Amino acid sequence: MREVAIVSFAQAPNARRELRNEVEILMPVVQEAVARSGIERPFDFTCSGSSDFLQGQPFAFVMALDAAGAWPPIPESHVEMDGAWALYEAWVKIQTGQAETALVYAFGKSSPGDLPEVLATQLDPYVLAPLWPDAVSLAALQARAYLEKSGHSERDLAEVAARSRRSAKSNPNATVSGDYEVEKLLATPHIADPLRVHDCAPVCDGAVAMVLVAGDRARKVCERPAWIRGIDHRIEPHSLGARDLTVSVSTRLAAEKAGVGRGAVDVAELHAPFTHQELILRDALGLGANVKVNPSGGALCANPMMAAGLARIGEAASRIWDGSARRAVAHATSGPCLQQNLVCVLEGA
Amino acid sequence: MADEAKPVTNIKTPMRLEYRYSAGVATSRFLRGIGQGKILGQRCPSCRKVYVPPRGSCPRCAVPTVEEVELSDEGTITTFAIVRVPSENIDVPLPFASVHVLLDGCDIPFFSVVQECPVDQIRIGMRVQAVWVPKEELTSTLQSIRYFKPTGEPDVPFEKLKEFL
Repeated sequence: MREVAIVSFAQAPNARRELRNEVEILMPVVQEAVARSGIERPFDFTCSGSSDFLQGQPFAFVMALDAAGAWPPIPESHVEMDGAWALYEAWVKIQTGQAETALVYAFGKSSPGDLPEVLATQLDPYVLAPLWPDAVSLAALQARAYLEKSGHSERDLAEVAARSRRSAKSNPNATVSGDYEVEKLLATPHIADPLRVHDCAPVCDGAVAMVLVAGDRARKVCERPAWIRGIDHRIEPHSLGARDLTVSVSTRLAAEKAGVGRGAVDVAELHAPFTHQELILRDALGLGANVKVNPSGGALCANPMMAAGLARIGEAASRIWDGSARRAVAHATSGPCLQQNLVCVLEGA
Repeated sequence: MADEAKPVTNIKTPMRLEYRYSAGVATSRFLRGIGQGKILGQRCPSCRKVYVPPRGSCPRCAVPTVEEVELSDEGTITTFAIVRVPSENIDVPLPFASVHVLLDGCDIPFFSVVQECPVDQIRIGMRVQAVWVPKEELTSTLQSIRYFKPTGEPDVPFEKLKEFL
């Protein structure tokens, strides 16, 4: 397997409502990631993740190319998925030998629409989407089933939220952060029982970008490259009724294939837009109590749709660069109730 | 035919999503300018090209554009098509010419239609000027420019336009 490393990462502030267009949000982020990479344009490959449904603007992903710079014409691809899958495509492209450098970016501008409703459009269009089950309600079905089966309580969920928000105090790009008492969180009303506001990721607009470089060239431009030592993604059936919502089999399989268990994990960045999903993911990944989970605050504190998974990989890489982790695991999810999951193992040496 | 053998050929599943669109910083400035009868473009700090409508970025250089440039509402036709089929979205008499107009001082052609000119006289290089709605009817939409009409000035030679086709 060809060695590939993440050598730079940048992200937008994750504001609740951006008045800038997608290029205006993305361009400074791409510029920052490119400048930090030490690699000059053009990149051998460019790949992005986004969904036009979020902002209700057709071909927003084509317009976003202005931020990447498509002149002279560049080899480029796009996934209608979280940017973590764009990273996967770029990684595969580098594995094939067709590229040595890649720019990967993702953006999501959710504020123009009603995100939980917009996400209902990803469901079966004939028998499920017409009933408009919103994303929060579906997550609540999963949370109820999980709490009943696992013996965890709503207090455990509130503790996940409080810990995440406390961690996010050191993340300047977090939408939500601060010290919150579990008792006070539990005193707030449910929005979709058993979920409360703190159990759900905030809606925000954002963008992230990073640069991948192969082998020795990565060593030349980066003092301590974050090497991708394993990466895999798995999907489960579309029908929610066909799955066991209380576990994440796809995450467990992806983790096995990516080799999560082959060494000690210092840090894990998990893409859990709902508190109970963090607990499901910890189980699926087999993370011990000594693993630092979501030092950035995670998606519960900054969840730019289509970019939050890629941001997890960038945050995990940042922990490798700053030396606080020798080995880190990043996870990204897509689809309702953790339908699809990607696991990436990063190492500093 | 038994019911179970009949195909279900039609189901109605109404979908409706509402969005609060925001045009972005640069395009908002442009649209506000149109509402005041002005055409505002932006210049790239790197290649110096002027774009209209501006999107806050240069698609060639991939850098932000911030320098605002007020453009003339006169320009030159760089290409055209004669439209002979009606469109309910374009409210001008048939036949009409849809055109690319290169506004003076700008580096990217601007889409509009030409009126007050027989279509067989429309040509590349022809000088044209915007015809705006009356001042009190100006709004922040491109409907504020009704169409372009010939100015009667001499044509711009093809050599000077070939970069913008």
